[in-house]
Amino acid sequence: MPEAAESLIVLNGIDRTFTLGDSKVHALRNVNLNIAPGEYIAVMGPSGSGKSTLLNLIGLLDRADAGTYQLEGRDVTTLDPDEQAKVRSERIGFIFQSFHLVPRLTAAANIELPLTLSGMPAAERAKRVSQALKEYGLTDRAQHRSNELSGGQRQRVAIARATILRPAVLLADEPTGNLDRVTGEEVVRLLEALNTQGMTLIVVTHDQALGARARRQIRMDDGSIVSDVTSKPSQPT
Amino acid sequence: MKITDTLRYASDAATGTPLRTGLLMLAMSIGVAAVVILTALGDGARRYVVGQFSAIGSNLVIVLPGRSETRGFNPANLVTSTPRDLTVDDASALLRVSGVLRISPVLIGTTEISAAGKLREAMMVGTNDDFIRVRQLKLGLGHFLSKGDLRHGAAEVVLGALIRQEIFGTENPLGKTVRIGDRRLRVVGVLTEGGSGMGMTTDELLIVPVATAQAMLNTNTLFRILVEARSREQIGEVKTRVLKMITQRHEGEEDVTVITQDAVLQTFDKILNVLTLGVAGIAAISLAVAGILVMNVMLVSVTQRTGEIGLLKALGATSAAVRQLFMVEAVLLSLTGGMLGTGLGYLGAAILRHLYPTFPAYPPLWAVLAGLGTALASGLIFGVMPARRAAQLDPIQALTKR
Repeated sequence: MPEAAESLIVLNGIDRTFTLGDSKVHALRNVNLNIAPGEYIAVMGPSGSGKSTLLNLIGLLDRADAGTYQLEGRDVTTLDPDEQAKVRSERIGFIFQSFHLVPRLTAAANIELPLTLSGMPAAERAKRVSQALKEYGLTDRAQHRSNELSGGQRQRVAIARATILRPAVLLADEPTGNLDRVTGEEVVRLLEALNTQGMTLIVVTHDQALGARARRQIRMDDGSIVSDVTSKPSQPT
Repeated sequence: MKITDTLRYASDAATGTPLRTGLLMLAMSIGVAAVVILTALGDGARRYVVGQFSAIGSNLVIVLPGRSETRGFNPANLVTSTPRDLTVDDASALLRVSGVLRISPVLIGTTEISAAGKLREAMMVGTNDDFIRVRQLKLGLGHFLSKGDLRHGAAEVVLGALIRQEIFGTENPLGKTVRIGDRRLRVVGVLTEGGSGMGMTTDELLIVPVATAQAMLNTNTLFRILVEARSREQIGEVKTRVLKMITQRHEGEEDVTVITQDAVLQTFDKILNVLTLGVAGIAAISLAVAGILVMNVMLVSVTQRTGEIGLLKALGATSAAVRQLFMVEAVLLSLTGGMLGTGLGYLGAAILRHLYPTFPAYPPLWAVLAGLGTALASGLIFGVMPARRAAQLDPIQALTKR
């Protein structure tokens, strides 16, 4: 574990319990994790092992019941919801299995959404969006709605949206789950390219092949980290 | 998030579901249109009644001799205990008062009319040529009294419809001579049947020039003077000016009573205004129903768009921003519906006026503003709950749904 490098994410003794009916489910039990900037991590494990909860927690969509979470040296567990929203907006990008594009908006408008929400002036937004469209090869798809886009294009729009504010961490929950093998491969390469540029990438997946591509693999079971392996930098791509 | 962006996002969201949005705006617009049309009806009824009252001489100011109210002890009371007569000269003087359109002196007495061997007792009114306009009477045959000096009456008479029938039957009475009291007068006109006013029917009247009547009844005084103001608004001023003028002419003594018909009219006005308000209240219920519908639709919208809400939160939207988006959408929907309804209401009122041209069905401004205001308020009030629900939505659950 890269203890020496300044950590991006430090989780300390995180517990998260859900109450289902009258039984309690431990989604996370005493999770300790240290992630350095620029890491490429795959979180794997069976359904219900807590990997999605972990991702949501890192993404500040969920709160821990116990433990501390430091993002870029700042304790974010104690922030109020509005401050957390600001952190989500500026430092964290989400990518979902089902893309989560707003169906009535065009590809360009979907990419623009985080900028709009942050209150950026329209002129600046337009510039950034057209640049993002170019980078992701979506320029000719800019005015198409999500139902007029292929699965790969949808996920590219989603990635463009997640990264337009240059977040420190990119959280991907089964990013290839709804895509065929070829487009899935395309999307993974895109994500890996972003990681190469220095963005920390955390991917939650069932897919062993996808998980194997990450430099660091975390396996979870029943809310705990059961293995945390960092492989050699040489990657078969 | 900038307010213009919020507005655009909300209107995009509204137009994204055209059927639902359309139905909602329809409901809201029907509510507002109901308020507009029903108040137009109520206010139209009020205008109609007031108009009808005006038609029978609502602008009338009536001067009676003598004072009706009692005052405290006044030295003048000791000197002159009997009021001065109201004379033809008083009547002529009133014509010079500003705001007075026309006047009619009235003298009333009972007399006998005889012609063709028939004799009948009848009520005689001595007046001038303007009487027919002041009292809004209608002439069936011939012409009314001729214009002339109030002090020199022509020997002419206008008969009530019943008198004409009883004395002449179906024969044409015009130009015939009748004996009234001790004089012989020529019949110049006949009133139409069914006229009434001041508590008596005009069917049994004989109308003669005021000087003729005074001579017959051997008097100088008048029964009353009818003064017609130029407009309803001027009635009050005319009343004071008339009183001042007569007082002046009567050596500073206020020995006449001036009354208006306006008091009655105001009561009607008030009653019908309350009626309009009541009708508006009933219509407002439909607006409230539309408001609840807005809430319903917005709640459904929140449920259907949980994924979107979760996404917005994941992208860094604060709860306040999400709440604002849904509030603005609700307000936009109800306001657009309200404006649509105002248009519809005006259209409906126009159609009503087209169908019944005599009925002035104009929606009053206060009702239109109240309708729009209620639409806006219901959007705000009934938008709060769905917007709060959207803002409080757990982003994880919202995102994992579906």
